Amino acid sequence: MPGKAIRVRGTVQGVGFRPFIWHLARQCGLKGGVWNDEQGVMIHAWGSSAQLQYFIRQIPLQLPPLANILVLETTELTTRSEHNSFEIIASQQHAFAQTMITADAATCPECLAEINDPHNRRYQYPFTNCTHCGPRLSIIKAIPYDRCNTSMAEFPMCPACQAEYDAPDNRRFHAQANCCSDCGPEIWLEDARLQNISSTDPIIQAALLLQQGQIIAIKGLGGFHLACDANNEMAVTRLRQGKKRYAKPFALMAKNSQQVKEYAQLGNIEQQALTDKQAPIIILAAQGKKQAHSVAPAEDKLGFMLPYTPLHYLLLQHLSSPLVMTSGNLSDEPQCTDNQQARQKLAGLADYFLMHNREIVNRLDDSVLRHLGDKIQVLRRARGFSPEALPLPKGFNKQLQILAMGGELKNSFCLLKDGMAIVSQHIGDLENVAAQQDYRQQIKRYQQLFDFNADIIAVDLHPGYLSTQYGEQLAQEQSISLLRVQHHHAHIAACIAEHGLAIDTPAVLAAVFDGSGMGLKGELWGGEFMLADYVTCQRLGHLQKVPMPGGVQAIREPWRNAYAQLAHNFDYTAISKEFADLDIIRLLETKPLSILATMIENKLNSPLSSSCGRWFDAFAALLGICPEQIAFEGQAAIMLESLAASEFIRQQDNAYDYAIESSHNICVLNFRTLLLAVLQDLQQQRNKAVIAARIHHTLISASVALLLKLSAQTQTNTIVLSGGVFQNKLLLESITQQLQLYGKAVLSPQKYPVNDGGIALGQALIAASIQVI
Amino acid sequence: LSHGSGGRAMAQLIASIFVKHLDNELLRQGNDQALFNVEAGRMVMSTDSHVITPLFFPGGDIGSLAIHGTVNDVVMSGAKPLYLSAGFILEEGYPLAELEKIVISMAAAAKQAGTAVITGDTKVVERGKGDGVFINTCGIGVVPAGVNISGNRAQAGDAIILSGSIGDHGVAIMSSRENLQFATTIISDSASLHNLVADMLDVTKDIHCLRDPTRGGLATSLNELAAQSAVGMVIEEQKIPIKSAVRAACEILGLDPLYVANEGKLVCICPAEHAASILTTMQQNPLGKNAAIIGKVISDDNHFVQMNTAFGGQRIVDWLAGEQLPRIC
Ligand SMILES: [Fe+3]
Ligand SMILES: [Mg+2]
Ligand SMILES: [Zn+2]
Ligand SMILES: [Zn+2]
Repeated sequence: MPGKAIRVRGTVQGVGFRPFIWHLARQCGLKGGVWNDEQGVMIHAWGSSAQLQYFIRQIPLQLPPLANILVLETTELTTRSEHNSFEIIASQQHAFAQTMITADAATCPECLAEINDPHNRRYQYPFTNCTHCGPRLSIIKAIPYDRCNTSMAEFPMCPACQAEYDAPDNRRFHAQANCCSDCGPEIWLEDARLQNISSTDPIIQAALLLQQGQIIAIKGLGGFHLACDANNEMAVTRLRQGKKRYAKPFALMAKNSQQVKEYAQLGNIEQQALTDKQAPIIILAAQGKKQAHSVAPAEDKLGFMLPYTPLHYLLLQHLSSPLVMTSGNLSDEPQCTDNQQARQKLAGLADYFLMHNREIVNRLDDSVLRHLGDKIQVLRRARGFSPEALPLPKGFNKQLQILAMGGELKNSFCLLKDGMAIVSQHIGDLENVAAQQDYRQQIKRYQQLFDFNADIIAVDLHPGYLSTQYGEQLAQEQSISLLRVQHHHAHIAACIAEHGLAIDTPAVLAAVFDGSGMGLKGELWGGEFMLADYVTCQRLGHLQKVPMPGGVQAIREPWRNAYAQLAHNFDYTAISKEFADLDIIRLLETKPLSILATMIENKLNSPLSSSCGRWFDAFAALLGICPEQIAFEGQAAIMLESLAASEFIRQQDNAYDYAIESSHNICVLNFRTLLLAVLQDLQQQRNKAVIAARIHHTLISASVALLLKLSAQTQTNTIVLSGGVFQNKLLLESITQQLQLYGKAVLSPQKYPVNDGGIALGQALIAASIQVI
Repeated sequence: LSHGSGGRAMAQLIASIFVKHLDNELLRQGNDQALFNVEAGRMVMSTDSHVITPLFFPGGDIGSLAIHGTVNDVVMSGAKPLYLSAGFILEEGYPLAELEKIVISMAAAAKQAGTAVITGDTKVVERGKGDGVFINTCGIGVVPAGVNISGNRAQAGDAIILSGSIGDHGVAIMSSRENLQFATTIISDSASLHNLVADMLDVTKDIHCLRDPTRGGLATSLNELAAQSAVGMVIEEQKIPIKSAVRAACEILGLDPLYVANEGKLVCICPAEHAASILTTMQQNPLGKNAAIIGKVISDDNHFVQMNTAFGGQRIVDWLAGEQLPRIC
């Protein structure tokens, strides 16, 4: 009887893989065994050639939901079987593979059926889970992934749960978070004075309170949410005031896709992503306007997710409208994870707390996705995705271990080990104390979970990034070599890495548009046209450089960019006379312009920047979109995009004029004529939606024209579009489509954020490639 | 003023200005060094070179600044300042009348600080090789018995006291240098803090740290102290005094007042139980009338200085790394 040794690598531990193999092998009539080892899973199987062949072919086809196979190798076994049947063999020691730490997953259909079945012992139990679903990264403290190393350690299993855990043919075989109402975590409801509200069913009670317009802090899987009835304007307004978050849209949770459709357009691809095991927030085009206006006051989009834990399912069952489910924090702070911390920080904000006693070990924000063409694009990558690994493209050295520190805002970091890139969950803005503490703690935790020791630390070129400073500190303390990576190069490398471009792929052309990143010679870049591979990066063009009077203040106050554009391109006195009646000129006349002029002239905290983000701010301000001050990052650009949407298709052929200039072999996009045309259209009181759409088309045409010119010049037909500005869907989709019409292959980030959440991956790959060369 | 050629006549001319205004017994000895007796105990010594544009600014000039800067460095140890030296580097062609104004201002500042310039030196460099006037001063002082003030002594639980409003000097210098027309003229806070420190030590000798937040501002001083003492700090944005004119100017310029230089302020870190009485005493001194307890020392392995913002958030107040280029992408 022939035998096969089958080596499986990937996400194959702690996901019900061995029971699955056990079932399949028995179905196939094979003898032998399956066990975990440090490389993943090993199977020895004996049977007829046909049986073996069928078995091996079925493995990838019938995989359990959370398993993911990266390598499946078979070799002949020369020994004869000593087995009478097929068995799961206990691991000798805990030499577990790194791939065992999986992402948290939404409640599986089987578990859902159980909590809805009055005869099941887990009926309405809010912490029901199995090997196919439930908490993972959110509860793990150390490896190996055993209950004792998770926050389930303090809940010893009852005999019934233990029996499931021990039975190879059970869905809960070695399910580390297995529990039931007899032995597992419990929930309770507290009021704002921290009094427990005695209630037979805290969930029903919470639902009732939500219906009455109360705000409840709900402890979930990766952190606290603040919830209220999404249709109750008073409640939503009160939540906004309490949170001190006045404009940024709130995420919503609906009970099912059907309910989502009452509020937003839900296409097939979006619906699939919505109901996937990652259960992310999907950004959808709003329709119907049933939700309270304050949910998304400045946008025509809504972010929806579905329940992803039994607790959420049980709660939503009792509600007729969706819930606002915004992160449980003040303004833009990271969400709370700890009961005591939540009580302190959310007091005065939440009327009630729906608490539980399972500790959240690793904070995981909700992931945010959107639909793009026929694909899905991740904008914030956290719960459900991290710490999933990306196999490195061909040609990279698999021995090196690299720690890439990431950016400053929307930070994530990245570990490179054994040919895998592991990007952390979204950490946040590092200037924030809680995010900074979390950042350092998560770097330590990941190093421990993945048994990682850095050979190289990669940081951004910007010396002021707190990630750069911490990377420098670690490198110095541990005598690790440090590599500084240019910001926009990292954006490009991240994109080509996730698309699997091999290390020796010819250089690609790229447009990288963002707020700003440190360029060479201390310049601030942000509207760049580049030719790059993993190792090298050459700047071929950029948006016109314009001063940012007041530095960081120019990021907060769009009027400064409007003024800078006007003063840089024209004689400001003359142009302000000619257009004296425009709102923007009137506003500027109230500002200390002579001081700003001096600042620009004397180069006083007024760095020149080719930033595309500031370009959008300038035009938004010209059109009267939050010219004074933005309430959240990117607000002006987001609102300009929203304004342009209704006229976007109609104005397709109506781009304004622009110029491509060339100096020192670098092409510069000059928008002087665009500025003038916009001022004239404003003076003639043309429809602002039309103007906004035409502004978009001008940037699109100019970018496409320049990319085509550079493509011909460099003989490069692959074009990357990346950087935070490409969160603008009009921009990304149009440039992509137009370039495709010219036969170009266009790549933009999908699995990793197009914004700075993606740059750690790029930094890591660049560091790895330099070491290979 | 001419370089090289002047010889004896020129040297005498300059010397006469110094002698006339800085006049004191030790300087009059006329030696290449000043000779004096010292008390038994611990002495401190500090030196600082002063380079500033413009040389005259609202609230002071390079002369008074050269005294205040060094006196403050000496007194931040708790010492009583004794004597100063002054070294001048003058650019050829710099008007003698201007130099005299600077020396007069120095003399007044030294006298006010209860100290004297007892030795000095002058060099003249070619035109274009200097910026009018550079002044180096060195100071010595005596630390009273029982006083033990050092940047590494901050302990978790200590209070952080700031002696007054921040940002005045930096903004005054910048507006005057760049000729920025703000609604209100902002005046430098340049001053010697010897009396204020003496008053504070009269309350208790149990003060852990003193520092004058000069270059790099309050943020830099706090980070230095946190690193030296291996502690963390929490400060309250709303408790930090900032004059409204300074705040407005900083907003226009896009500067964070926490990083703007001061020349007449100090940060005091002391055990919490002394904080209230030290504060009351400080507030009775004109140089400490706006003093406030702005935060506390905590234990933190990361040695973060964190600030509870007016908005209700918590942000890291970090070291200034290179130029202040925006970090926001
Ligand atoms: Fe960026
Ligand atoms: Mg000094
Ligand atoms: Zn399940
Ligand atoms: Zn149980």
